[in-house]
Amino acid sequence: MKSLVAVLTVLAAIIAFWYAACVPMNIKGVLDAAERAGVEVTPATAKERRDRSEFGLVAKNSFAINDTWVQERPRLPAPHQVAVELWETTVEKKVTSKRSLIYHAQVTLSATLLGFAIGTGLGILLAVGIVHSRVMDMSVMPWAIVSQTIPIIALAPMIIVVLYSIGVQGIIPKAVISAYLSFFPVVVGMVKGLRAPDAMQLDLLKTYNANTNQGFWKLRLPSSMPYLFASLKIGIAASLVGAIVGELPTGAVAGLGARLLAGSYYGQTVQIWSALFAAAILAAALVALLGLMEKLVLKRMGVQA
Amino acid sequence: MNMETTTQAIRPEAAASDPASAETVIKARNLDLTFQTNDGPVHALKDVSLEVHKGEFVSFIGPSGCGKTTFLRCIAALETPTGGSLSVNGMTPDEARRNRAYGYVFQAAGLYPWRTISKNIKLPLEIMGYSKAEQEKRVSQVLELVELSGFGGKFPWQLSGGMQQRASIARALAFDADILLMDEPFGALDEIVRDHLNEQLLKLWARTNKTIGFVTHSIPEAVYLSTKIVVMSPRPGRIHDVIDSTLPKERPLDIRDSPEFIEIAHRVREGLRAGHGDD
Repeated sequence: MKSLVAVLTVLAAIIAFWYAACVPMNIKGVLDAAERAGVEVTPATAKERRDRSEFGLVAKNSFAINDTWVQERPRLPAPHQVAVELWETTVEKKVTSKRSLIYHAQVTLSATLLGFAIGTGLGILLAVGIVHSRVMDMSVMPWAIVSQTIPIIALAPMIIVVLYSIGVQGIIPKAVISAYLSFFPVVVGMVKGLRAPDAMQLDLLKTYNANTNQGFWKLRLPSSMPYLFASLKIGIAASLVGAIVGELPTGAVAGLGARLLAGSYYGQTVQIWSALFAAAILAAALVALLGLMEKLVLKRMGVQA
Repeated sequence: MNMETTTQAIRPEAAASDPASAETVIKARNLDLTFQTNDGPVHALKDVSLEVHKGEFVSFIGPSGCGKTTFLRCIAALETPTGGSLSVNGMTPDEARRNRAYGYVFQAAGLYPWRTISKNIKLPLEIMGYSKAEQEKRVSQVLELVELSGFGGKFPWQLSGGMQQRASIARALAFDADILLMDEPFGALDEIVRDHLNEQLLKLWARTNKTIGFVTHSIPEAVYLSTKIVVMSPRPGRIHDVIDSTLPKERPLDIRDSPEFIEIAHRVREGLRAGHGDD
């Protein structure tokens, strides 16, 4: 109960700050519109207002404050505007409609999940190789690290162009970018997890004359589970970012990334923000789902609740 | 014999010349072990010679760095000596390890937290390929032996430290090796629990007739448990004294107040002091 109050307080503070920020952000636009409508504003012309501070303008034209929260194309849309847009484009639109956020989210989600599956599988395989082979440790790990130092926004168009030139398009290029981002946390976490058993545990297996396979399935893999889930949570969020970034340079017509891009072309800030929120909600839901799976798996493994 | 050149140096000697009545299980002659570290070589064992007969309870006692754990690990083939010879059951230690000749108990119980006590005890049995029915049978046998019957379905975190260590002893007993090697198994437990476990261990030893190698820091523990006490001293690790205990096999806890017990304890303490005086 106490924590609920704390959570709601933080949420209220964020929303209050957001509303407050809308005022200076949107005041110039509101005043321009008011001037065109014949309302008297100070200073009177857009040219005079251009170099004034936003806060000064708000102080002199307090009548316009309410209008900063209801503009059609605000610089910063107010929370309720985003909420309304989210409602209209999810609940009130048919899922098959090109204007439905659910439709776009599902396009992005399928690329995210495919990429996540590829990335996780690749990550686990690489980690197993790295843990069992010194050569792989020395030859693969540096490249895995280097791969993450390249900004994905620079790499994504190249991946898409290269894949397009060999006839691969659609969901695959996006999934490849997703996988590219999500394999890394899985590699790092799994390597750490598979190496988690201490010397004593390994000695114990040696006294049983256990082979490498038995050591992997009975000791290393179960030991790595908590690490794997921590990595998967990072990986799935990275996958979603990858899928969205993969939609940006292609001029894709569907997906949350396409929605962001279209919004910025046409100055539809409300649309951009609602697409951003849809992405955030989707990421939170995916991470929560993994958290639930983690709880179930670890509980089955007898980990103390 | 095989490609492992390191085992050449520790080829077993012919055990036939042993005059003792009981069969020699562990035989070390002029054993040497030098670790190469960044600070230069460390002489962990120097000229260690010892014979352990079947059914003996041998304690290794000495200050830190005297090589008692290292010697036990050599017997278990977890370390490879750099000189001398060592045989276990008439084989090289590594052959003995591959034949699963011994059960090893570490200072920490080291139970898998994701397995129940029963499943933990099954771990070596699974690895060694015992049938499911045989696994069940052996688990209930050894659980009874360490007085943990009824706790098989619990997870390790639900048990006290002493119970966890008993479970780890059960795990070492499960595949019925003739030799039990214990590296300070009760070192992390409090005095009262330790007394109780010592008593239980003696009973278990009497029932199973295993050969036990036991590393400890505690003089009363060593004297109470052992038929043979090996006093070691550090830098380089070597055997300072070997004391054959005159105590009867039947040992109630209050035997520790008997003059005989005190006399042996005194000799162990003297040995430890003399060993320390060298440096």
